[in-house]
Amino acid sequence: MTNPIDTERGLISREIFVSPEYHRAELEKLYTRAWLFVGHESQIPNPGDFFVSRMAEESVILCRDARGEIRIFLNSCRHRGMKVCRYEQGNTSLFVCPYHSWSYTTDGKLQGVPLYRSLYEGTLNRDEWSLVPVGRLANYKGSIWATWDETAPDFLAYLGDAVDHLDQVLDCRDGRPGGAEVIGVHKWVFPSNWKLAAENFLGDSYHNPSHRSVDMIGMSGSAQPGQRRDNEYTNAQRVWIGFPAGHGLTAGIAHPDLEYTPTYAQYPEVDEYFRYCFYERKRRLGEKARNLALVGNIFPNTSYHGRQPRSLCVWHPSGPDKVEGWRFFLVDADAPAAVKDVLRHYYMRYSGPAGMTEQDDMENWLYASKASSGTIARRYPFNYQMAMGKPNAANLGPGLVATQMTDQTPRNFYRTYARYLNGDGWDSLLGRDLQPIRRAAE
Amino acid sequence: MSTIERLLLKQEIEDFLYLEADLLDGRKFRDWLDLLAEDLVYFMPIRRNVKFGQHDEKENTRQGEGISWFDEDKWTLTKRVEQVLTGVHYAEEPLSRVTHMVSNIRLLDVTPTEVTVGCRFLVYQNRVEYENYTFIGRRTDVLRRNGESWLIAKRELILEQNVLLAKNLSIFF
Ligand code: FES
Ligand SMILES: [Fe+2]
Repeated sequence: MTNPIDTERGLISREIFVSPEYHRAELEKLYTRAWLFVGHESQIPNPGDFFVSRMAEESVILCRDARGEIRIFLNSCRHRGMKVCRYEQGNTSLFVCPYHSWSYTTDGKLQGVPLYRSLYEGTLNRDEWSLVPVGRLANYKGSIWATWDETAPDFLAYLGDAVDHLDQVLDCRDGRPGGAEVIGVHKWVFPSNWKLAAENFLGDSYHNPSHRSVDMIGMSGSAQPGQRRDNEYTNAQRVWIGFPAGHGLTAGIAHPDLEYTPTYAQYPEVDEYFRYCFYERKRRLGEKARNLALVGNIFPNTSYHGRQPRSLCVWHPSGPDKVEGWRFFLVDADAPAAVKDVLRHYYMRYSGPAGMTEQDDMENWLYASKASSGTIARRYPFNYQMAMGKPNAANLGPGLVATQMTDQTPRNFYRTYARYLNGDGWDSLLGRDLQPIRRAAE
Repeated sequence: MSTIERLLLKQEIEDFLYLEADLLDGRKFRDWLDLLAEDLVYFMPIRRNVKFGQHDEKENTRQGEGISWFDEDKWTLTKRVEQVLTGVHYAEEPLSRVTHMVSNIRLLDVTPTEVTVGCRFLVYQNRVEYENYTFIGRRTDVLRRNGESWLIAKRELILEQNVLLAKNLSIFF
């Protein structure tokens, strides 16, 4: 029996993309442990605010309790399982279960049990029947993450050196830390395996030809024919990076003297704003400002677009052959109204089911999944041999840094994936044996 | 406006909407663009599950703010048409088979230059072999008199779905 996840040879069995057994194993061994993106602080600014989210196939409530603390718990009544909240977001002091009316306070505690005195007194200890809380929760620059595993490492240890890249999604365009705001959430379902979507964001620049149509028509903010986004990466060293904990991305490292590239130049006011942000960011961050995010995937299923457009997208598995995409669109909360307006229009025409770019991705993911499900098809592995054996750059920051397109990043992802399925301990899941974690700046 | 004038106007509007559906289903996308006013507003909100009593205020995302399925202008729709016509927009290559049905047509407001029309839409999309999608909802159009015909100045599409039950919105509504 050959290794179904042979990252050394770059051969990965189609079974992991189509079989219910792998799907089951992922839910049990991977999604119960990895840190998952749940939402953003800006969605729940006040005590009692809630946003119903997902962690893989399970519904969870992200909530700011009456004392202002952020909580996440399973959206399922401890009595007989009813979904205690079927509103998407709102403000409440109590979650009242529609079924038999048990009620829970915003910190998840069971408060009301109808007829408690006469039917449960002496048997039911309310303190033991709170809504099921997540194992650990982290608020990183306003982004809220959680894991079911109480023994999981801190979120920042999990993120490792990918933090410098995620920062660029979460930080203000002028380099101030945090300050983002979610302006809307897309939710849609499509037939595919979730890993195909995640892989795409690991830095699969090789699939660019599938977006030829949108490049041909030119839908960038500057409406230049021949591009779908403003070309900020022309004078940058492109890199494809894999991190030991499975995260992967592609980005640009700008020339130290890089000057501003006109951005959304159809709209002078917006162009001017981004010009200001560009130089202010350079001033604030110095060397770090050279890092220009493009796309990436935080293991296992949180993908991002870092600049144009700007969003976090979670690919929730919904069975082996179905994905529910939840994309959270971000802007700087204090950006001028005119800037926000141009950005939201760009996001809507770029991303998601109505996005001129992403539509083609969904088509690919659907038919790649479908055409891999046959008995014969399953005998033949997928190929991940691109740029195998090519040397990595040692001087361009931490992680496995390639300066050409590469499958090294997905190979790295699937190595981590296999470790979860194998039930490894956290040292192995974080890839501590793979390479020293270099944080040059610290 | 007399009853007979109103009936004639309604008939004229219905004919126009059926002609429009014919252009789309016949894949005459460029001709369809000609029916759109230069200042077109094309809007499909995202629908949310909200508490009783909050529907007016919170159920639908709003035109002009945040993220909706569509909140765009003629420039963007023109880009979408150009994209389909490249022949390499794989989400619509090969082209889907689409039928637009329009019913429950009512004239909601009539001025000398514009008519606001309410209707229901049922859009059926069949793609490649087995992909089927049905989009059903309510629509409000503002039609502007344009010589012997009309221009669509505003289209609001209230799709009766929360999570979008389709992989793509790659067709025109
Ligand atoms: S299931 Fe919630 S009260 Fe019974
Ligand atoms: Fe893509």
